[in-house]
Amino acid sequence: MKLRGGRRPAIVLVVLMLLATVGWVLWPSGPEVRGEDHTITVVDGPSDDQRVTIDATFFPPAGGGRGPLVLLGHGFGGSKRSVREQAMLLAREGYAVLTWSARGFGRSTGQIALNSPDYEVKDVKQLIDWAARRPEVVLDAPGDPRVGMTGASYGGAIALMTAAYDERVDAIAPMITWYDLADALFPNAAGGGPENGVFKRMWAGLFFNRGGGTPSISGVGGLGGAAGGTGDGPGTGTDDGNEAGRDAADDRARDGAGPDGSGRATPSAPRGQGGPPTEQEVRCGRFLPEICEIYRQVAETGKATPEAVELLRRSSPISVEGRIRVPTLIIQGQRDSLFPLSHADANARAIAATGAPVRVAWYAGGHDGGDAETEWVDEQILAWFDRHLKRTGGDDGAGAGPSFTVTRDGGRDPGTRRRVLVHAGSGRYPGLAGTQTRRVPLAGPDQPVAVPPGGSPAAISAVPGLGGLAGGNGGDLGLSVDMPGQFAAFASAPLSRPLTVTGAPTVRLRVYGEGEVTLFAKLYDETAPGQVTLPEGQVAPFTVRASESGTDVAVTLPAIDHTFEVGHRLRLVVSTTDMAYANPTKAAVHRVGLAEAAVTVPLAPELAAPATGPDAWTWALPLAAVAAAAAILLAGRRRRRDDRDADPELRDVPLVITGLTKRYRDGEFAVRDLSFRVERNQVLGLLGPNGAGKTTTLRMLMGLIHPDAGEIRIFGHRVTPGAPVLSRLGSFVEGPGFLPHLSGRANLELYWRATGRPLADAHLDEALEIAGLGAALDRPVRTYSQGMRQRLAIAQAMLGLPDLLVLDEPTNGLDPPQIAEMRRVLTRYAAGGRTVIVSSHLLAEVEQTCTHVVVMHRGRLVAAGPVGELLGSAAENGTRGRLEDVFLDLIGEKA
Amino acid sequence: MSGAARATSPDMTSTGPTDDPKRATGAPGGGDGAASGYAPRHTLPLRVEIVRQLRRRRTAVMFGLLLALPWILVVAFELGPAGRQGGLRLSDLATQSGLNFAAFCLSVSANFLLVVAVALFCGDTVASEASWSSLRYLLAAPVPRDRLLRQKLIVALGFSAAAVVCLPVMALLAGTLAFGWNDVIVPGTGETIPALDVLPRFGIVIGYALVSQLVVAALAFLLSVSTDSPLGAVGGAVGLVIVSTILQAVDTLGSVREFLPTYWNTAWLDALALDMDFTGMIKGTSVSVTYAAILIAFAFRRFRRKDVVS
Repeated sequence: MKLRGGRRPAIVLVVLMLLATVGWVLWPSGPEVRGEDHTITVVDGPSDDQRVTIDATFFPPAGGGRGPLVLLGHGFGGSKRSVREQAMLLAREGYAVLTWSARGFGRSTGQIALNSPDYEVKDVKQLIDWAARRPEVVLDAPGDPRVGMTGASYGGAIALMTAAYDERVDAIAPMITWYDLADALFPNAAGGGPENGVFKRMWAGLFFNRGGGTPSISGVGGLGGAAGGTGDGPGTGTDDGNEAGRDAADDRARDGAGPDGSGRATPSAPRGQGGPPTEQEVRCGRFLPEICEIYRQVAETGKATPEAVELLRRSSPISVEGRIRVPTLIIQGQRDSLFPLSHADANARAIAATGAPVRVAWYAGGHDGGDAETEWVDEQILAWFDRHLKRTGGDDGAGAGPSFTVTRDGGRDPGTRRRVLVHAGSGRYPGLAGTQTRRVPLAGPDQPVAVPPGGSPAAISAVPGLGGLAGGNGGDLGLSVDMPGQFAAFASAPLSRPLTVTGAPTVRLRVYGEGEVTLFAKLYDETAPGQVTLPEGQVAPFTVRASESGTDVAVTLPAIDHTFEVGHRLRLVVSTTDMAYANPTKAAVHRVGLAEAAVTVPLAPELAAPATGPDAWTWALPLAAVAAAAAILLAGRRRRRDDRDADPELRDVPLVITGLTKRYRDGEFAVRDLSFRVERNQVLGLLGPNGAGKTTTLRMLMGLIHPDAGEIRIFGHRVTPGAPVLSRLGSFVEGPGFLPHLSGRANLELYWRATGRPLADAHLDEALEIAGLGAALDRPVRTYSQGMRQRLAIAQAMLGLPDLLVLDEPTNGLDPPQIAEMRRVLTRYAAGGRTVIVSSHLLAEVEQTCTHVVVMHRGRLVAAGPVGELLGSAAENGTRGRLEDVFLDLIGEKA
Repeated sequence: MSGAARATSPDMTSTGPTDDPKRATGAPGGGDGAASGYAPRHTLPLRVEIVRQLRRRRTAVMFGLLLALPWILVVAFELGPAGRQGGLRLSDLATQSGLNFAAFCLSVSANFLLVVAVALFCGDTVASEASWSSLRYLLAAPVPRDRLLRQKLIVALGFSAAAVVCLPVMALLAGTLAFGWNDVIVPGTGETIPALDVLPRFGIVIGYALVSQLVVAALAFLLSVSTDSPLGAVGGAVGLVIVSTILQAVDTLGSVREFLPTYWNTAWLDALALDMDFTGMIKGTSVSVTYAAILIAFAFRRFRRKDVVS
């Protein structure tokens, strides 16, 4: 019965855990999201006369009812399928989501016009018209749904452009996209504009190739994989491809694994059905012929024509500055040599100037790879739309969240050893110039730099499409190679404290040469002599019209967020070539020097990661634990005065037991109200059948067990665990206790040394003689017989000749002569003024040895007194004078 | 016996009580009634406890194993087929230098072998006395309970520390003899750090390994006080460490895992990176000290109130 009662809580616990697990597994995992495919016909073109069929998927809000509309655009080379995962995520959160393949992509018809206001923007406006008629969409006014737009790269640009051209858009969250496509493809870090920019040859090539189809070289991803789940993911013009392949590509893109499933090369399916592609198709793919022609021109010359700049800018937010007036979350990648952070900066400034709330986040990914941070990015976008579309948590833009966030390396997770990222934020976007600046002196002479004939070999900084491969997870492992003789280098002194640069550093250079000179500037982190890393693989190309006497030029280096550690140097390298760009092909030698011997770096020290350094608990926890430990110890402390509790009247009485009571755990009494007294010179026999409570009493006497009530006094001092008076007690209770690996002698020696008393007091030799072990004394105790151990234990009890000796069944295992000898030893021991207590069940032995007897039964005292008295009283009662009979009589078992 | 006892018995009567009349009359030696020469603060000296533990076979076996392991690994690396060149994992780099080898040895043994060693020394110390019944005689000597625990804890921690220190030091010796005194190649990044620069860091590594084993020590000690079975105490501590290790692999627990006792056990790797990062080690120390303080406090409280019935 008792057992069962004890098990019941355990069974209940197990059942509860099982139920919880089953419940958790079976719990409905959120409402189902279903996408409906629609084919929407739109009319666009400069004169609104071109019919295009848009392939779209509409995801109603998962919970039913109406939700705000989110238009989710895909990246260049992708289709509506690339963003399916993110669409479902938004739909699950209660948004009505519309994804579509932009004209010229996927199964949509039409040709690519690069998010032109005449084409793509008009298409999207009509998609909003279409969605406004859906019963699942929240309307602000008839025909005016509550609309948010997001998407990465190409899909981000359409969000910006539509927000400028359609008043109905309420909030946008563009990712890794451009401000000025002309500047992106013809950057000029010296500020000379795209007409004098350096052609970003490799990216441009990939970009325009992607419009026609996917390159069939596996490993060249480019426009997307790196952007992660939200965007340009799996480039594919092959919507007729098999489902499995597509899904696999989608998955890879969600993981941000970099190069996408680009092994499949197929031109746009919906058009060239059957038959070989026409010449036009091969040349331009699905691009609008005008765009195709302009690209051909600039790619051949490497120079931007005014028409090209004009065309690219019409597709860029730069052409609609001041017209985007909605809350905007701009997420830009730090590892992005296609649309670097400066594009996000320009967009943010333009939109913020209208008074609209703007948030900027520099995350760890980008077109070059890095960490796609899919989960974090999705969270940010969701939070932005929740605030500005669902209008939860206050009015537009007010409060909630930092205006600027930078993803930084947070070291490694100590459990998994994987790299972790932290997000440092501040309340104000500092721009690329920082909230503070610092000049870091640079040194280095004017150096000649050669342009190799044909522009090859070229230096390597970031290779489009390879970024995702080489970049690893947040590390700066990107290849960066400078060709000997082609670069000039200027270094700072080793830093005496860490320098965290947030923004775009600037330098003033002096270039000696003739005519237009193209150069590439980059700021390395020199971690040790000869070891450099190029933060995020970014490089700043510029052109300058140089003269023999030297022309000064101010160069804005790429924007970065990077900490140069103590002991590192900043190393500015100016190179004549870079593999990713169109390089000059005519051999020449220029000279490059510093016009100003310093680099000006922007700082944003107010940026604070949510958890910089050890958390508060790191310090609080151990302190609290120590306090708790102290409390645990102090609360458990018994009152000290017990130790000093001495009764002077009893100082000569070896043992007084008063009202001693101890219960077992189940409440039964082991010892009940036991009182007796032992005087000096007595040999007291403690008698009782098994279970009478003898051993329990002796254990309490030794301070091993806490009595429930009553007290024990030895020479007047109350016995508590470890009470000093116990040093006058020698004991042998319930068998010997020795360290089996040590010899008998070592055991006794070490035991005595453990008491801390002087060796001379031990009388070790006498004790050893009582043990009488002879040569066995130096053997390990584990080899001893039961009797040998018994004798050794009695000898241990006698060490130091204690005033009170307690022996429990001392004659167990001894042969008759030994028993007789033991009897004599005990008698003599007591005769010298000491006291001996012997518990035994051998009544004859007690009768012969003891002067006094205490009889216990079921925890109680039944008789106490001198042996003779007890026998005498028995004789009076008419029984024969034998202790056995008296004993049986006393415990009431007499037949 | 009888002969010996007979020979002794005259001494027993003549020397004993009459030697010291004061004691024979039962007069207390001091205010606390102790026998002369007895002082609680002198009981169970550390030297005595060290001798008691040192002569045990399991102590010798454990230290023998810890000292032999590096040599076994050296032989394994020498005999095994040539490893993958250019890998940057700790195991790929083990043969690059004595220090790399020592770091490798520590990393493969920290999660289990050292845990077992520490659990053995701290888990067995009180429980084995209980199982031999020698505990009750020590307590009746009397060694005050708090003092007994304190002395045993100090000695057990000392043995544990010796175990944790001897392995990497022997590994350093073996690795240096086998693979040379070369610069350290940092796992993961491949950077090199001069060997002499790493030597003090290696001290930090060992120090942190010691601190991180405190949890195991304290847990084993608490179990040792709570049970009479040495195997139960050692096994219980090792088992709980295994459970904690399994739990920390569950990513969905998120930051809760930071408070698992074993979560920061490998944080010492940060000390071997080019830029040392102490954050993990500080957190690990914090968690370790927290658990250890509370577990040890419970051990003392429990032992104080315990009825010793073994």
